[in-house]
Amino acid sequence: MREFGYRRVHDVPGALALLGADPDARCLGGGTNLVDLMKAGVERPGLLIDVRELPLDRIAATDGGGLRIGATVTNSDLAAHPEVRRRYPALAQAVLAGASGQLRNMATVGGNLLQRTRCGYFTDPAKPCNKRIPGSGCPALEGEHHNHAILGASEHCVAVHPSDMGVALAAFDAVVSYETVDGPGELPLAEFYLPVGETPHLETALPPGALITGVTLPPAPVAAHSRYRKVRERASYAFAIGSIAAALDVRDGVIRDVRLAFGAVASRPWRAREAERVLTGGPASAEAFAAAADAELAAAEALPHNGYKVTLMRNLVIAMLSELAETDPAELNGGTAR
Amino acid sequence: MTTATTGTTAVTGAVGTAHTRVEGLAKVTGAARYAGEIPFAELAHGWLVLSTVARGRIRSVEDAPVRAMPGVLTVLHHGNAPRVDGDYVGMLGKPDPTVAVFQHDRVPYLGWPVALVVAETSEQAREAAEALVVRYDQEPHDVAFFAGRPGTYTPQTPGTETEKGDLEAELTASAVVVDAEYTTPEEHHSSMEPHAAMARWDSGRLEVVDSNQGSTWVAGELAKLFSLDPESVRVRSEHVGGAFGSKGVRPHQVLAVMAATVLHRPVRVVLTRRQMFSLVGYRSPTAQRVRLGADPDGRLRALDHQAQSLTSTVHEFVEPSASVARAMYDADAHHTVNQVVALDVPTPTWMRAPGEAPGSFALESALDELAEKCGLDPIALRTRNEPDAGPVSGLPFSSRNLLACFEEGARRFGWADRDPAPGLRREGRWLLGTGTAAASFPTMVMPSTAAVTAEADGTFTVRISAADVGTGARTALTLIAADALEVAPDRIRVRIADSDFGPAMIAGGSMGTRSWGWAVTAAVGELREQLALGGDIPPQGITARADTTEALGALPEKERHSFGAQFAEVAVDTTTGEIRVRRLLGIFAAGRIINPLTARSQFIGGMTWGLSMALHEEAVRDQASGGHVNADFAGYHFAAHADVPLIEADWVDDPDDDPVGIKGIGEIGIVGTAAAIANAVWHATGVRHRNLPIRPDRVLLAGGEPAGGRHA
Amino acid sequence: MAPSTSSAITLNINGEKHALPVDHRTTLLDALREHLDLTGTKKGCDHGQCGACTVLLDGRRAVSCLQLAVAAEGREITTIEGVADGEQLHPVQQAFLDLDGYQCGYCTPGQICSAIAVIEEHAAGWPSAVTDDVRPEAGPPPLTAEEIRERMSGNLCRCGAYVSIVQAVAQAAEAEQKTKEAAA
Repeated sequence: MREFGYRRVHDVPGALALLGADPDARCLGGGTNLVDLMKAGVERPGLLIDVRELPLDRIAATDGGGLRIGATVTNSDLAAHPEVRRRYPALAQAVLAGASGQLRNMATVGGNLLQRTRCGYFTDPAKPCNKRIPGSGCPALEGEHHNHAILGASEHCVAVHPSDMGVALAAFDAVVSYETVDGPGELPLAEFYLPVGETPHLETALPPGALITGVTLPPAPVAAHSRYRKVRERASYAFAIGSIAAALDVRDGVIRDVRLAFGAVASRPWRAREAERVLTGGPASAEAFAAAADAELAAAEALPHNGYKVTLMRNLVIAMLSELAETDPAELNGGTAR
Repeated sequence: MTTATTGTTAVTGAVGTAHTRVEGLAKVTGAARYAGEIPFAELAHGWLVLSTVARGRIRSVEDAPVRAMPGVLTVLHHGNAPRVDGDYVGMLGKPDPTVAVFQHDRVPYLGWPVALVVAETSEQAREAAEALVVRYDQEPHDVAFFAGRPGTYTPQTPGTETEKGDLEAELTASAVVVDAEYTTPEEHHSSMEPHAAMARWDSGRLEVVDSNQGSTWVAGELAKLFSLDPESVRVRSEHVGGAFGSKGVRPHQVLAVMAATVLHRPVRVVLTRRQMFSLVGYRSPTAQRVRLGADPDGRLRALDHQAQSLTSTVHEFVEPSASVARAMYDADAHHTVNQVVALDVPTPTWMRAPGEAPGSFALESALDELAEKCGLDPIALRTRNEPDAGPVSGLPFSSRNLLACFEEGARRFGWADRDPAPGLRREGRWLLGTGTAAASFPTMVMPSTAAVTAEADGTFTVRISAADVGTGARTALTLIAADALEVAPDRIRVRIADSDFGPAMIAGGSMGTRSWGWAVTAAVGELREQLALGGDIPPQGITARADTTEALGALPEKERHSFGAQFAEVAVDTTTGEIRVRRLLGIFAAGRIINPLTARSQFIGGMTWGLSMALHEEAVRDQASGGHVNADFAGYHFAAHADVPLIEADWVDDPDDDPVGIKGIGEIGIVGTAAAIANAVWHATGVRHRNLPIRPDRVLLAGGEPAGGRHA
Repeated sequence: MAPSTSSAITLNINGEKHALPVDHRTTLLDALREHLDLTGTKKGCDHGQCGACTVLLDGRRAVSCLQLAVAAEGREITTIEGVADGEQLHPVQQAFLDLDGYQCGYCTPGQICSAIAVIEEHAAGWPSAVTDDVRPEAGPPPLTAEEIRERMSGNLCRCGAYVSIVQAVAQAAEAEQKTKEAAA
């Protein structure tokens, strides 16, 4: 780990001034990802700007039933907040499914949005990685990619985004707010993460020198009936191999509103808009859920060792929507939800 | 001054009753100091640099710029390191050449030590180590392990292969045959405490504060490596944060000694978690084939267990997976062989129940498959094949209470109510199943010395170079000494883990308590003879010593083993591939249980390892680089709290005919557990999983093509 | 001008103030172990992947290996050395001792600090990943073995002492509950 400067800031303009003055500066929130990567030799900032004491630690209700969540709100406070649990239970569940109690106490919402992939090639500076060193290659393609992307990847990078929280935020159309020296800006989560393409090292659309100040969740009555499920290789304290945030509003047997987002399948939390489109206005049946999953996953491109994720996500869509609709997933033709 | 008796009233009964650990208070308050936690004036910090290529030669170590970095004291590498002698035979044989660090420019695997940066602070050492440029002439490497790969050979060491009867003829004559292949992946010990050592020269003696499984052992190895008088080396290892086979002599101690010698000041070297994945050994992956031939009633006519594992190109270590059948089951034709292939990887080593852990997975899974084919209850099949004498050796068993374990286990688990048909029980999204397997582990013993002192204040001090790696050895030896002296345990002080106390067995092979307890008992016997002469105890006390070498030589040759029966209940969601273990029960016949409290913990700990082996553990090696892609605890999973249900362990009476009656309990808990879980997964789903770990993707795809290994 | 890479700081640990210069790279874990001789806090992985270094920061559990010491200035830090009340062990410590909630002891301080916080988090009504209904209307979940296991999952134990650790946490939680009820 190289030597670095440290400055603690107490207001946003102070943070922006430091950020703007030093291209080598990085914001330090909980440090759960940044300090980890600094120790691994992946991140080598020259200056850390400690933003934990910025006045961005509030969760406030917005008009109409939405929420505004400050960037330095910890994961624990987010998951414990009564309005989060009431209005967006899948978000609380997603946060609680991530990391550990200790890490959730430290990690912040802003940091979570910016956390980097856990791909084993990315986190080991001795190995090539296009995300770490553009043009050095992606050994995962021919190597270990058992937990890599099936959607939206490219020949340059197949790493997945590790966030659980982000999956729920994607489902609920979160909007990221930021400040720059030139003024504030907003990015819907759908536009926040850049497509992988040929530039996997460019991860977000945040302008240079920007500071994330918060996330706004627009009102979404459907979100009150939502759940998050995470599948991983041990029962807790592990990153997902596939996860899903789902919300469903069924009236008179017809799907009025539905939200679906997948985790651990792409370089970003994956909003399953095609599945939502197929479902909206149709019946809430296991067959419809399967058809929607198939529609979304038609674009999936599996590598030799991660094709199971297509099956897993299909099954998760059917299981979660059936649970929310209180229908039996086994009613699907053929009897099994495989 | 007290009179020379052990007390007016004889107190016994310490052995066999539950006692909390004598160092327990120190452990729950954080007062217990481990190897890297003892302060020394002028302490310098070493940070290792490991090779980033899997095969080749070091062209250059560009240490000049690094020497100029803040706080850097020296950079050791093959070009400037003191010479050591790695060509010796130690207590447990020839050393892995990895410990003869920096003696040449060859790189035999990725993660080989190439330099040590020593600095005033660990932060400075780390940054300098990261900045050090090492250039290599890289050569093609081969790290791909799979069944029957070219280059696999049968080592020319005794015990590699056993054979009796005509295997092919008996297989042909068998009404029922199981012929199946099983694999287990590379697994790592992953002790919570990373390897750490401080070395310094003090008044002409080399002092090493270490974390190891045997201080006399490590002291002896260091003396030989550095050509020192063994008396001039002192190694201590008071508290050890887990070991499991990985804490012998390793590069960090050697480097601490080198650096302390060069710099004339104390140097501490602590391995990082990532470095541990290539420097402290591991369990080799295995590929095993088991063939069982039986009569329709399940009686075995043929048993063939062929096991393959890997080793490095610099040292031969064989994981003896096929050996477990030699004690477990007889057959008219019986064949076992342990084969190995040398690859460009670090040398594997002993890891909790070496051989028995992976071997029992294959053998006990195959037995379950045979039971299914014969239409027999798995316990009935094992009962039918219970041998009267060692299947290969023909020697009598010192005691064999396997069937008592199954009987008690079946009763407590509710086995009698089990419907043997698979895939029938559902609870919500979960399919439920139960499974069982047998367990065994050899009971061995090694010579040890011990000293017991009757102190003038009426207490007793035991000195033995034992190690408490979490086993409860310190407490067990306290109870053994107390009963032998017929005094209360609070009058005994047991001092361990100091090479100055003389030779003793290491904490390994489930031999520690048996070997040390024997020596302590013998030393107490000597002391009591001296005390019986009467007279006052002088201020320095009266000390008696014992060496068990002769007594052990007189032990008649027998089949000596611990046995056990494992039971598992699992829930499987075949739509997500998740498996949850709902219950584990292990019943063991393991000789005399010294401390029921800590013994239960050890059995349960072993079973937790078995659960972890069944479902989680797998180090993944990348063919392109030759190194791991998951060399940390986020990538290398072992069971967390949420994975582990209420595990129960208990034991049956297991009287043995030898003088101490103690058998090992440290390893048998893991044996058979993974098979019991895999058998339960079959019972839940109807699918046999023959490749560990039983990952979600493997369960998900079990209906179609097997998911195969994660070796890319 | 390059920013300074070290600072003189004051850390508030177990109710005592400690002034020390720190390299900014020094984590709270290393500051405790290497500079302040508070070695009860353990280094297992140094990457937030094992929980052995768990301490309480402003009363909440955190991994000290990912907490820079310089950034911990101004916060109340409690380590394993500070959880007992003088000679009187914390109920969680006593339960670990009585029920053999450890083997090698290396993960133990982290498990104990974590368990103390788990009991408080539960008392504050926080749900967990295994809480079936997280909505506030559902009320706080009972502290079952399953809830304890999930909440303690950030603390790995390689010896496999989980079974007795969970029993120890349950026993300590019950004891604390009784003490509270008696006081009420």
